[in-house]
Amino acid sequence: MTVNKLETALEETLANGDKIFIPYIMAGDGGLDKLPEQIQFLAEAGATAIELGIPFSDPVADGPVIQAAGIRALSLGVSLRAILEVLKATKGERSIPIVLMTYFNPIFAYGIEQCLADCAEAGVSGLIIPDLPIEEEGEIPELIADHDLALIRLATLTSSRERLTKIATKTRGFLYAVTVTGTTGERNEYIDSIGDYLSNLKQVSPKPVIAGFGVSTPEQVKQLSSYCDGVIVGSKIVKSLHEGERDTIEELILATKS
Amino acid sequence: MKQMTNYQKPDLTGHFGSFGGRFVPETLMPAVLELEEAYEHAIKDPIFIEELDNYLRQYVGRETPLYYAERLTEALGGAKIYLKREDLNHTGAHKINNALGQALLTLRMGKKKIVAETGAGQHGVATATVSALLGLECIIFMGAEDIQRQKLNVFRMELLGAKVVSVDQGSGTLKDAVNEALRYWVANVEDTHYIIGSVVGPHPFPKIVRDFQSVIGNEAKQQFSDDIGGLPDALVACIGGGSNAMGLFYPFINDKSVKIYGIEAGGLGVETGKHSATLTDGKTGVLHGMMTHLLQDEHGQIQEATSISAGLDYPGVGPEHSHLNEINRVRYESITDVEALDGLKLLSQTEGIIPALESAHAIAYLKKLAPEMNKDQSIIVCLSGRGDKDVEAVQAALGGELN
Repeated sequence: MTVNKLETALEETLANGDKIFIPYIMAGDGGLDKLPEQIQFLAEAGATAIELGIPFSDPVADGPVIQAAGIRALSLGVSLRAILEVLKATKGERSIPIVLMTYFNPIFAYGIEQCLADCAEAGVSGLIIPDLPIEEEGEIPELIADHDLALIRLATLTSSRERLTKIATKTRGFLYAVTVTGTTGERNEYIDSIGDYLSNLKQVSPKPVIAGFGVSTPEQVKQLSSYCDGVIVGSKIVKSLHEGERDTIEELILATKS
Repeated sequence: MKQMTNYQKPDLTGHFGSFGGRFVPETLMPAVLELEEAYEHAIKDPIFIEELDNYLRQYVGRETPLYYAERLTEALGGAKIYLKREDLNHTGAHKINNALGQALLTLRMGKKKIVAETGAGQHGVATATVSALLGLECIIFMGAEDIQRQKLNVFRMELLGAKVVSVDQGSGTLKDAVNEALRYWVANVEDTHYIIGSVVGPHPFPKIVRDFQSVIGNEAKQQFSDDIGGLPDALVACIGGGSNAMGLFYPFINDKSVKIYGIEAGGLGVETGKHSATLTDGKTGVLHGMMTHLLQDEHGQIQEATSISAGLDYPGVGPEHSHLNEINRVRYESITDVEALDGLKLLSQTEGIIPALESAHAIAYLKKLAPEMNKDQSIIVCLSGRGDKDVEAVQAALGGELN
C-alpha cells in the first residue's frame, strides 16, 4: 500500500496542525552509500516525505544547483537501477515515504513496466515526471496505479484555469504547485498573486497542495505554506547537504511545525 | 504551402507514428499550445503568406537555383547531379527560411523577444539577422566549446545586435545550448518566442520548421519539372537535426518513384562510437520535448555526439526522420569526417563551390550513389550551406595539406 503510505503521512502531518515539508535530495550526490543515512537524517528532522531526484544528463526544468548535483552523481556512476537497489535493500529501515523526481527518459530506457515494478518493490510511493505533461501520459497513469504508485502532477503559474482543474483532478498523492515561472533554484521573492494561485489550487484539488520551486528560507516556508498544505524545498536542501550545513535544513523543517 | 495527398503527419496530437509529441514541463505547455494555434491561423492567412513570400524573395534572395553540376557528374560517372543552392541564401545557408518564418510568427503573437540556440552559429546568425530586420530583441545561447570553435560567428551575431550567452553546462555544445535556451524560455515564456533551429523539439516545432523549410523542396520540384521534366530519381541531404533534409524531402514523400537518402555524420566511424549518426546507431528516447532516436547509454543518459561539422553535432534527430526511417520511406546512411572532407574538396575542385562541412556529407555520399545509377537518371542534392565558415577548420583538419 505505497500510495496509502504517502497519503497517510501527509494526512497525519496536517492532522497534527503542522504543514507538510518535503525535502528534495539528489540521489547519489556524495555517493549512493550515503543515501540511507541522508534519508534517516531528514526523517528524524521532521520531514513528511522525501522527494528523491534521479540524476539526468539534460535536466531542463532544473536550475544550476540541482544540475550540478546531478552531474556529481552521474560522475560517480549513479543510475536509476542502482538507486532502486539501495532503496530496496534499506526498505525495512525507514518509514518515511519516498517519491522519485525523474525525467522521463531514464524510466523509458529502463523499460516502463519493469521500472514501475522495481519502484514498487523498493518501497517507493510515487513519481514526479516533470517532462510528462498530461497530453503525453497515455496509458502510464494506469500502469502506475497498477503498481500502487502515485503519479504526482505539477500545476504551474502559466497553466490556464481549465488546465489547473484538469491537473488537480488527475493528480494522485498530492498536487505539486510550481510557484515560479522558471527552473528550480532560490528566489528572493514571489509574484504578488502567489497567494491567490495557491488558494485557488486548494479549492480545486481533492489532494493536498504542496508548493515548490524557489523556496529557500524559513520565512518563505511559512509564507507559502500559509496558503496551502506545505512546501517542497530542493536547491537549498541539496546545497546545504552538499556543504554539510545540516542546521540550515533543520531550521527550514522547523518552520512547518505548529 | 502545398497539401500532401496521403502522407498526413504529424497527427493532431503532434505525433509522427510513435515519435514526436510534447514532452515539456507544464510551464511550457500553454506556450506550445498557443504557438500551434497561432501557426495554424497564420498559414491559412493569405496576408501572412504574402508577407513571408515577399521577404523570401526580396530579402533572402529566393528562389535559389537548381544547378546542374556537370563536372561533378562527369567526375563521378553516373547519374546527373543537381545542386539545390541553399548556400546562396542571405546569411549563407537554409537556416534563414525558418528563422524568418518564425520571426514573422513572433510578431503575430505579439511577442517582442526571441531566444534561440546555435551550434555552429548558422542558425544563430540567421536568427540575429531576422531579429535585426524586424526589430526584435534577440538572445542566443551557444556552447562554450562552440564559441571557441566559431569566434567569428559570435562576433557576427553581436554585430547584428544579438546578445550571445556562453553555455558552460554539460559538454558546452549544441545539446547544452538547447537545454539552456529551453530554461530561458521557461522563465520568460510570456514575452519571448523560442526560434528552434531544426525540425526538433516539442510539437509544433518539428512541423513548423519543416513547413518553412519546404520551400526548398517545393522550388526544387517545380524547377526540375520545368527544366528537365518529370521527377528526379533520388534526393540526398545531410542530417543533424534534419531541417534542410525535411525541407527537401517533404514535398516528395508521396512520389514513391523518388528514392530518398538522409546522410548522418559518421564522425570518426560509427563503429568507434564517436559519431552523430543517431538513426544508424541510436535508440528511441525522449530529449528536448520529443520522442525520437537518441545517442544514449543503457540508463537513458544522453551521450555526446561527435562530428567535424558543428552543425551535425547533435545526439538527437527530428522525430519525423525517425518516423520516415521506421516506415522505410527514407534510407539513412552515414559519412565519416574523412569522407566529408574528401567531398568538400571534390565539390570545390570540380564546381568551384566550397560547401559547408554539413553539406559536404551529402556531397560525399554522391561518390557512392551516383556511380551506381544510370547516366539518364538524376539526383537532387541539397547544398544546405556555404563553406566559408569552415575554411579554418578544414585547413586544421587537413593539417594545411591538400593532398
